[in-house]
Amino acid sequence: MNLLATVLFLPLFGFLLALAIPRSSPQGSRLWALVVSLVTFGSSLALLGWFDRGASGEQFAIDLPWIASPDIHFAISANGVSFWLMLLSTFLTPLCILVSWRYVQNRVKEFYAFLLLLEFGLIGVFLAQDLFLFYVFWEVSLVPMYFLIGIWGHERRIYAAVKFFLYTMAGSVLMLAAIIYIYNRAQTFSYPAIVDMLSAGRLVFAPEEQLWLFLAFFIAFAIKVPLFPLHTWLPDAHVEAPSAGSIMLASVMLKMGTYGILHFCLPLFPSAARECAPWIVILAIVGIIYGALVAMVQPNMKKLVAYSSVSHLGFVVLGIFSFTQMGLDGAVYQMLNHGISTGALFAIVGLLYERRHSLEIKDYGGVATAAPWLATAFLITTLASIGLPTLNNFVGEFLVLQGTALANYTWTIFASIGVILSACYMLWLYQRVFYGEVNPEVRSHVFDFNLREWAAVVPFIIMMVWMGVYSQSFLPPVSKVTAKVLDEAQINVPFKVRMVKPPQSPTPDSPPRVMEAADAR
Amino acid sequence: MPGSALYNPGDLLRMLPEIILTVVGTLLMVLDPIVNRKSSKVFGNLSLVALVAAGAAAALAYLQAAGPAFGGMLMVDGFATFFREIVLAVGFLTVLASYSFLTRQDAETGEFHALLLFSIAGQCLMAAANDLIVIFIAIEISSIASYVLAGYLRDDRRANEAALKYFLLGSFATAFFLYGVAVIYGSTGTINLSGVRQILNGQEAPSGLFVGLAAALMFVGLAFKVSVAPFQIWAPDVYQGAPTPVSAFLSAGPKAAAFAVFFRIFMTALEPIGRGWEPLVWGVALLSMVIGNFAALLQSNVKRMLAYSSIAHAGYVMVALTARSEIGAAAAMFYLAAYALMNVGAFAVVSHISGRGERFDAIDDLAGLGQRQPLMAAMLSIFLLSLIGVPLTGGFFGKFYIFKAALESHLVWLTVLGLLTSAVAAYYYLRILVVMYMHEPSESAAKVEPLSAGMRAALILPAAGTLFLGIFPNWVLDFAGRSASLLK
Repeated sequence: MNLLATVLFLPLFGFLLALAIPRSSPQGSRLWALVVSLVTFGSSLALLGWFDRGASGEQFAIDLPWIASPDIHFAISANGVSFWLMLLSTFLTPLCILVSWRYVQNRVKEFYAFLLLLEFGLIGVFLAQDLFLFYVFWEVSLVPMYFLIGIWGHERRIYAAVKFFLYTMAGSVLMLAAIIYIYNRAQTFSYPAIVDMLSAGRLVFAPEEQLWLFLAFFIAFAIKVPLFPLHTWLPDAHVEAPSAGSIMLASVMLKMGTYGILHFCLPLFPSAARECAPWIVILAIVGIIYGALVAMVQPNMKKLVAYSSVSHLGFVVLGIFSFTQMGLDGAVYQMLNHGISTGALFAIVGLLYERRHSLEIKDYGGVATAAPWLATAFLITTLASIGLPTLNNFVGEFLVLQGTALANYTWTIFASIGVILSACYMLWLYQRVFYGEVNPEVRSHVFDFNLREWAAVVPFIIMMVWMGVYSQSFLPPVSKVTAKVLDEAQINVPFKVRMVKPPQSPTPDSPPRVMEAADAR
Repeated sequence: MPGSALYNPGDLLRMLPEIILTVVGTLLMVLDPIVNRKSSKVFGNLSLVALVAAGAAAALAYLQAAGPAFGGMLMVDGFATFFREIVLAVGFLTVLASYSFLTRQDAETGEFHALLLFSIAGQCLMAAANDLIVIFIAIEISSIASYVLAGYLRDDRRANEAALKYFLLGSFATAFFLYGVAVIYGSTGTINLSGVRQILNGQEAPSGLFVGLAAALMFVGLAFKVSVAPFQIWAPDVYQGAPTPVSAFLSAGPKAAAFAVFFRIFMTALEPIGRGWEPLVWGVALLSMVIGNFAALLQSNVKRMLAYSSIAHAGYVMVALTARSEIGAAAAMFYLAAYALMNVGAFAVVSHISGRGERFDAIDDLAGLGQRQPLMAAMLSIFLLSLIGVPLTGGFFGKFYIFKAALESHLVWLTVLGLLTSAVAAYYYLRILVVMYMHEPSESAAKVEPLSAGMRAALILPAAGTLFLGIFPNWVLDFAGRSASLLK
């Protein structure tokens, strides 16, 4: 059996066995979930050993027929982008389990079972190479998240869970219609085959057709990202979800949207993507600034982090629709960064909530005195999140802004405002929560990390520093894939992007090549 | 038609399922006064045996003697066999679910099971009928038994209302259908479906006005039977008032059989005038999806909600009919199989929870079921997720195939609107999940009795079937695909 399939199915196997663990031993459920998620993470790391970092194509491909008519295959594989996203999911799941260890006390068995099922769905989304299979995983990941929010969330959990489900569902039915439409035209669901047909000119979508299909896919993805103005489900879902739910939601689930845009929208509908790009970029920039401004005035920590996600994800979308090598690289890197740093923010906020039982900023103050290590960890995460050099977000934001500047300098100016604002709201949050007068409740309840919590937080911090200092460990495989996406996106396309020739091309790989190739047509 | 062609020995085999059901049904009526009914489950057990035997007979008839019977009045093909098995399976699950219900209501009689078997016999006949008069007779057999079943709890006022409403409106509908048959006979001179098709396709096709009138009349009659908008008014009242196992049965069995007739008539006899009826079906499909799904949003009673949801699901099947293609027919067959399983399962849960006198059938009565009865709640979740159309369930594949067929026939708008209404539908199904898992247990949930063996089977079997259709749809779809091509 292929190791990639092992990584995918281990959580499902864990889920099924987790259902069999008797309700009377919650500790057994916790341990089982932790073991399964660690083994999954271990095997995905082992896979890294075989991963060819120089290849732009799909690796570890498996293709088994599943349903005969219509021809649906169980086809999975990983490339330089999806591999990291898969690794992000397997990395975060054990940390989520550690974070929830004490937090979740009722219906423990179901909680961990759902968490494993969620991991299965998320990994599947990133690996699926059959459009139908992709849709299946897309929807399957929805169900456990719905229950995680709805059962173990805070006061308004039910509202948030239903809103989350309906938003995603409404977007995805349109995507389903588009997938079926593509099948009827191409007679296959296989994504690589469709791309081949497109590049060989055996399958051509008329411009109008392409626009509708693009929108059907894009809206489904944009809801998930979430792109302004489709983001309204996100603050509710984030605030109401339990810590583990918030972490998985912010760190991995939102990436389903941006990954989808990158992996499906651009290669399948390049000219529609180009036509819509200016509008999408405007929405992304509005999202960046709007998210940051709204984050600034939030009285609730989780809500603040949630709106900061809207802002950060705006950068990702901006990077993608800059159509430059750097922009795309930065977008992918930012997807990973956001997963790490926002995951850490939610994890530590969750640990604070466990102690103080409040998410309101005004209920805190002086935490740094009561719990200095916790404060230090949060500070590092804060600095990472606002893009301090040597920490991870800096690399991603820099690449996105640089790439955007090559495409359109005005966009960069507006987007940079978001970077400044992010420093404002995060540092202000830090000041109000961790400094100042020590709140008496904080003094009596907030204590520093214990061993388990250290184990949950330290991996985050290691990753922030590593990704910030030595991006070479991660970026080269990403660049291979993004270069390929850009190449493919020019197929059959009258080139339309308004692009300023950069004065001296910064790296041999970047935009000029893209442009010349296009001009040649 | 030569006399010898009207009967040959193989015909008995082709009608064996109906014969078995009728014989056992009659036997049950004879046994009714003899057997001590309090302590006995003999009626139910006998029905189960009869249904299994009929299922085997239907399969045997298809394998050994597929083809027309009684001079073309019956057609035992894959299509008929598929629907026969669906209605028999629905009957089987209904009987399983009714054991504890009948005990609880002190209403164990042979009569219940006899009526059920007669009704199923009618539906089996509907599935195989290839002649307008036989179709009419089959509909009547199925319906009259169903009317009585709806009012089976004769001291219950709501059940009485349900039965009366069902009977009155149902009779009107069959009358419409019969008028249609009369006009067809008047204008084409035949009542055989293949014959009608030949004449409509022929050189001297009769006046379009009369054929159109006939099609419209038959359409109204059948639209009532499958409860699509705007002929759906009766369904919520009847499903709510009827005893819950009967509602389960009514929402799946007669509906599947009526759809079999719908497809057979409109895809064979009236296929030549397809362009004429397509807009009509288009409108009815859309209206059903919209009315069913939006009205279901407002319901607080589970049975009523499921009734509206079943209207919406009938709308999805009408989308498949609108596609006017073999793929559409195959999709509808698959969908109805999945629908029968998930709907009967969902009603079975309600039947178990509602308690003596069926008092607890509000959505809030399901509160906390996830903690009190984890197995039942998990099964109901599977049915609901399937009704929503979440992947890896039969409901999803059904919907997928239907809308795929619709897109292949270029019904883009109907597909988009239909899928959007199905996203709306997620809301009301989710409400039940919310109540079950996210609310504290209510008093009524605390009183729910443990599951009996029959009820356990009535939940696990359809749940397993729903997942099976969702993960390995190949076999059923393959069979449906091959059978749909025999339609003409």
